[in-house]
Amino acid sequence: MNIRKTFSALAVGTLLTLGASVQALAADTIKVGTFLAVTGPASFLGDPELKTLQMYIDEVNADGGIDGKKVELVHYDTGGNAKKAVNFAKRLVQKDNVDVIVGGSTSGSTMAVIPVVEKAGVPFISMAGAVAIIDPVKKWVFKTPHTDKMAAGKVFGDMKKRGITKVALISGSGGFGKSGRTQSLALAPEYGIEIVADESYGAKDTDMTAQLTKIRDTDAQAILNFGFGTGPAIVTKNVRQLGISLPLYQSHGVASKKFIELAGDAAEGVRLPAAALLVADKLPDSDPQKPILMAYKGKYEAAHGAVSTFGGHAYDGLFMALGAIDRADSTDKEKVRVEIERTKGFVGTGGIFNMSADDHLGLGLDAFRMLEIKNGDWTLVE
Amino acid sequence: MLDQILQFVITGVTVGSTYALVALGFAIIYNASDVVNFAQGEFVMIGAMAAVALSAGEGGLPVWAALPLAVALTVVIGALLQRFAIQPARGASVVTTIIITIGASIFLRGVALLVWGKEIFALPHFSGETPITLGNATLIPQNLWVMGGALVLVGAVHLFFKRTLTGKAILACACNPTAASLVGINVGIMMLIAYGLSALLGAMAGILVAPITFTSYDAGVMLGLKGFAAAILGGMGNPMGAVVGGLLLGLLESLAAGFISSGYKDAFAFLILLGVLFVRPSGLFGKKSAERV
Repeated sequence: MNIRKTFSALAVGTLLTLGASVQALAADTIKVGTFLAVTGPASFLGDPELKTLQMYIDEVNADGGIDGKKVELVHYDTGGNAKKAVNFAKRLVQKDNVDVIVGGSTSGSTMAVIPVVEKAGVPFISMAGAVAIIDPVKKWVFKTPHTDKMAAGKVFGDMKKRGITKVALISGSGGFGKSGRTQSLALAPEYGIEIVADESYGAKDTDMTAQLTKIRDTDAQAILNFGFGTGPAIVTKNVRQLGISLPLYQSHGVASKKFIELAGDAAEGVRLPAAALLVADKLPDSDPQKPILMAYKGKYEAAHGAVSTFGGHAYDGLFMALGAIDRADSTDKEKVRVEIERTKGFVGTGGIFNMSADDHLGLGLDAFRMLEIKNGDWTLVE
Repeated sequence: MLDQILQFVITGVTVGSTYALVALGFAIIYNASDVVNFAQGEFVMIGAMAAVALSAGEGGLPVWAALPLAVALTVVIGALLQRFAIQPARGASVVTTIIITIGASIFLRGVALLVWGKEIFALPHFSGETPITLGNATLIPQNLWVMGGALVLVGAVHLFFKRTLTGKAILACACNPTAASLVGINVGIMMLIAYGLSALLGAMAGILVAPITFTSYDAGVMLGLKGFAAAILGGMGNPMGAVVGGLLLGLLESLAAGFISSGYKDAFAFLILLGVLFVRPSGLFGKKSAERV
């Protein structure tokens, strides 16, 4: 009995001292927690995101840290699994006591984690796309990537400038295409645009001429395709094959060189909204984003190979969080949260962020650039 | 309206030709060994991916050399599949062999992913991309290649089974392996030939459509399913029925997309399939099957 008591007293004592020393350590470092899909099907997102975080945290520490404190990254790999993401998020807030979370590669894992961070009260900046993450606004949740609603808005804005009022919509039946379709249908009236055809195709479909033949026989003045993977390239080829000369708009889902390669000559004249990173070297020198983009691109490509916009989302999230901690002069969670919310004119890779209490994304439509494919390369339209 | 229908038919026949070739592969293997080979779609993918890998980039082979090599590689894989996955399990129940072929298809897909990566690839068109106009409908030369290629292959397979001794020997193995081996047919070799032939059809289908549809490590999944549906529609085990089933499925999809709704075109095609199976469980051209008790 006595021995047991002594033991438990000892154990408690040890735990207390350990706890105290952890506390002391924590005071000297800023702990940034992250959970990313570094492996698995969404690794094309998580891999560049983690590399970006590590690269820039090393750089910040080499420059002396924030307010004299070192930044420490606590990372867990979710493998793209939302359930694991929830467990890791709990570990981050309960065990690792992180000051801020910058993570969440996919919309699924981000949405699953929201209740955890809301309850724990930890500022959380997500790198996932879905508009549902910040609409309606959640107190502790922010995000950096553009939404498909913004892509649709950008496209409709460009159409309006060209005097186009009747648009045929064709979208993939996957999550990306479906969400894009919903947003486009909801947004079109705001731009005075009428959707005269609403077609879709399966993710693995190999021919869309039937849908496009229907579109050809409507009075549409332009075609908008929301999709991902092979679909948009096949649509582009089929449009030209059918001799349809209407302007063709694609979404940011095809913003990679692969699309031009697959669609070949048919891609000529196709317009699409895309993040500025894709055309960093083509931006005019007066563009405020250019120096940031060129620096990020240069640094990333020197270390890891071709840059992607996904890593850029991590860059934006990390520096917005560190900036807020710097301004707050503290890692007090509420103060940091308020400072993130007060982020104004932050020039990131995704655009210029202006957060507010009712906008936890803070990007305007100018974050997207309208591109046109000419001679097998991107050109800026504006 | 008439122009629209013509365009839908062109699309349907092109897509249907691919389904027909995949379905024919299903039917041949089913005929020869009573196995439903769910790795058939993977043959299509491997044919196309190997053709891309062999011909692409610097130091790549010229197309005339790359294509036969890709087909040969797929045939070898088909034979290996028979030898090392199906053969050891002979006498197993249908469900067991189906699970084996599904496992093989996942394995082949995984290997393709490791070897060629996740990217999407394209083959160049065989004879240009200038559209040919028929009234108000258009088709590209590659559509003709697909249709023509399917026609030639189907004809060749038909002759092979009707006119050659080897073809008849394979059919004999299907009817009764014991009797076939008693009259001096090497059943093992015949099975290898059947799987090789089936892989050849898949690879040819993959190569013919790759310029239009592109290819990636997972391109075989949907094609395999559609080909299976076509084979069922035509009557499993009837090669020419499978071909008709493939064309019919392609046409149905295209007409459904055109006239009903593109969102429901797959649903519509499979609904027809279900309808056929309710009325004629053995498929359109299948013989009524009688179970020996």
